[in-house]
Amino acid sequence: MEFNLKIWRQKNAKTKGHFETYHISGIEEDASFLEMLDILNEQLIREGCDPVAVERGCQSSGPVSFDHDCREGICGACSLFIDGRAHGPDDHVTTCQLFMRHFKNGATITVEPWRSAGFPVIKDLVVDRTAFDKILQAGGFISVRTGAAQDANNILIPHDRAEESMDAAACVGCGACVATCKNGSAMLFVAARVSSLALLPQGRPEAKRRAKAMVAKMDELGFGNCTNTRACELECPKGITVAHIARLNREFLKAKFSD
Amino acid sequence: MSEKLISKIPEGPLEQKWTKRKSEIHLVSPNNKRKLEIIVVGTGLGGASAAASLGELGYNVKIFCISDSPRRAHSIAAQGGINAAKNYQNDNDSVYRLFYDTIKGGDYRAREANVYRLAEVSASIIDQCVAQGIPFAREYGGYLANRSFGGVQVSRTFYARGQTGQQLLLGAYASLNKEIAAGTVKAYPRHEMLDLVIINGEAKGIIARNLVTGQLERFGAHAVVIATGGYGNTYFLSTNAMNSNGSAAMQCYRKGAFFGNPCFAQIHPTCIPVHGDQQCKLTLMSESLRNDGRIWVPKKKEDVEKLRNHTIKASQIPEEDRDYYLERRYPAFGNLVPRDVASRAAKERCDAGFGVNETGKAVFLDFSEAINRLGHQKVAERYGNLFEMYEKITASSPWEEPMMIYPAIHYTMGGIWVDYDLMTTIPGLYAIGEANFSDHGGNRLGASALMQGLADGYFVLPVTIGDYLSKKFAEPKTDVNAKEFNDAEKAVQERIDRLFAINGKETVDSIHKKLGNIMWDYVGMARDEEGLKKAISEIKDLKKHFYENVKVPGSQFEFNQELEKALRLEDFFEIGELMARDALNRSESCGGHFRIENQTDEGEAKRDDKNFMYVSAWEYMGHDVDPKLHKEPLKYEFIEVKTRNYKD
Repeated sequence: MEFNLKIWRQKNAKTKGHFETYHISGIEEDASFLEMLDILNEQLIREGCDPVAVERGCQSSGPVSFDHDCREGICGACSLFIDGRAHGPDDHVTTCQLFMRHFKNGATITVEPWRSAGFPVIKDLVVDRTAFDKILQAGGFISVRTGAAQDANNILIPHDRAEESMDAAACVGCGACVATCKNGSAMLFVAARVSSLALLPQGRPEAKRRAKAMVAKMDELGFGNCTNTRACELECPKGITVAHIARLNREFLKAKFSD
Repeated sequence: MSEKLISKIPEGPLEQKWTKRKSEIHLVSPNNKRKLEIIVVGTGLGGASAAASLGELGYNVKIFCISDSPRRAHSIAAQGGINAAKNYQNDNDSVYRLFYDTIKGGDYRAREANVYRLAEVSASIIDQCVAQGIPFAREYGGYLANRSFGGVQVSRTFYARGQTGQQLLLGAYASLNKEIAAGTVKAYPRHEMLDLVIINGEAKGIIARNLVTGQLERFGAHAVVIATGGYGNTYFLSTNAMNSNGSAAMQCYRKGAFFGNPCFAQIHPTCIPVHGDQQCKLTLMSESLRNDGRIWVPKKKEDVEKLRNHTIKASQIPEEDRDYYLERRYPAFGNLVPRDVASRAAKERCDAGFGVNETGKAVFLDFSEAINRLGHQKVAERYGNLFEMYEKITASSPWEEPMMIYPAIHYTMGGIWVDYDLMTTIPGLYAIGEANFSDHGGNRLGASALMQGLADGYFVLPVTIGDYLSKKFAEPKTDVNAKEFNDAEKAVQERIDRLFAINGKETVDSIHKKLGNIMWDYVGMARDEEGLKKAISEIKDLKKHFYENVKVPGSQFEFNQELEKALRLEDFFEIGELMARDALNRSESCGGHFRIENQTDEGEAKRDDKNFMYVSAWEYMGHDVDPKLHKEPLKYEFIEVKTRNYKD
């Protein structure tokens, strides 16, 4: 298969970015999207710069930087906005699980980084997501030392409740929810952690404090508000639903009322 | 035996060794802990749990990872589960049985005392993880659920769907975040360790490259902990994450830390087969699938032909024409034999011409019987996400046709040599988790990597490191302007300058692929003397080729992924050669290490306890000089050493 790739290039956080177009051919249908980018990079390194790009004023001779690691949809590192969709045109996948068979031969594919005030660009398609770590550091944990805990089966948790908690705990922290939200809100990310812990007896004692602290940190770091468009739910690679945002809101309100 | 190889295994009965050691260890008072600094490199299960626990104790911890967040470490990708001797199923499990299974599974090449301690603390890991709010799978009554894994006959594996590693790592990461918020731990994401700094023979710090700015930075401490995982990516194609590497371990090796059992690499039987030459990463399908999936190839060659040219489907081959070869060869364990045994059996069938895809390198993993027996819903609950993942990658549904699988490099049992306290041969330098060699011998059992990472990080290292640090609290903070730091930084700078100066025409990956081919062909599932010698010389040639032809674009002082890869590949050459050398020396078959010359008439691994019941520990002797082999004899005082038997 062959494609035209329109890719966002940006030298670093301080310089302005621009699109460059590259042509790539000989891609197998079963290749993954990131393998296709690997092949492009091989080409860019070998040839210095793709001739088509030079024609269109390409200045860059370097390969395209992008975050990736596990390539099996669980580490949450990959983060591309492809043809206007977070993680591209397939449902419930991260970019590394996207395969070229989902694209039409000869298509022009636009590739951008996450765009959000909370995630500044580091280079090309790589963004800085340390804001997510900071939100979790505000309260996304059980605050006691757990090294000498009681026997695990002393805490009984009904099957369905554990499963629901697990639904939320499946969040990989990729940031697709923020990237896809018109307000750049991190509500689904915050909700996933708050809800997962609030559903379990271990997390209950601190549920209110946790909700308040994490929401406050999210606001402080420049993420927008939630206006219930539910776009995040559609693009979440792990299928985390807005029901968890509802639970976050409940915890948050309870906390406010008991202030 | 070298005088440096003192394993420090406590005297006394097996079940009292750890208790005894703990009672001997000096404590550090809280006011002194505040004065002590510890560097932890790596944020997987080992590193994150160690850093969190050390922070809780009151030490000053600096933690480093190459990714943008500690949560991305490759522990996150572990699917199936974590073992613990809880005996919740009342199936006669015990600490002793977990210990025994692990020693046997490792083909009697691990230390008794270390493995017993691992089994002993395993139950506390589950308690701790549940207390952290990890949503393990539950029975309807609210109790924790278990499943079985390869190489054992009890049900002791705890799990959270097919995402157990993720949940355990997020638990450790949450505890780490708690300590970061409390100020005891400072995190340095997107930093890569490039050298270890030694002052007066003791580990005192690291040189790291800030991966965003490209600057080299110096960090000092009273002790350094390496938790950077394994070196499976030496093979280029593996189930490891793309950025997993063995560089930190190699830096320690070059600074004098002995490297233990490098040739012991695990080849996992259930991975998605290679699809072409554009691939850069192999995907694992969890071992838990072997609980209900049955592995087979056709009995008849004509069926194989038809499968290869797509004229029939697997589901059309009648039951009597299928060869369930694991059930046939190993009736007692069937599809749940250990990984090394299952991998070799798959290779044997494929080499005999029964491989079921175009490349001839695939076997079936079939769920049709399980779906009939348990029903769709139950199977979906157990394996739904794995089925989905398989379908996303291959565009074929395991509900309709069996999965195709083939073995791939997955884990490395070898690693930095450590004593019972997890200290390396360099005082003040510790290695934990997959980065050390200690607990799995020649083969690791499924669901035991997570157990070892967390055992080391939560329960062993935080205790044992106190013994060393109790003598260090009067020492001032390490001066990062010391000569040793200057020298180390200068050497790293020269290494980087040299890479840019080559300015050849070949990419790092294209050369890494060649290394991978050499490794897979000669240091893979079946090894022999001739091939190993060939591997050593071919790796040397390829390394030379690399230094003449590689192209590293861009510059040092920017975000530069090609430079990162080039630096790692330099170290993979060294590991690859060391693996081949160790495999050549060990002319016996044991665990994941199979020497063609050493097999029984039935094609099973033939161990040589008389000559090889030792840990090989390699000492670096200088650039382009052959490393020196030291031997730590393994003594089995408490269990009888037998031939592994999974047949009856």
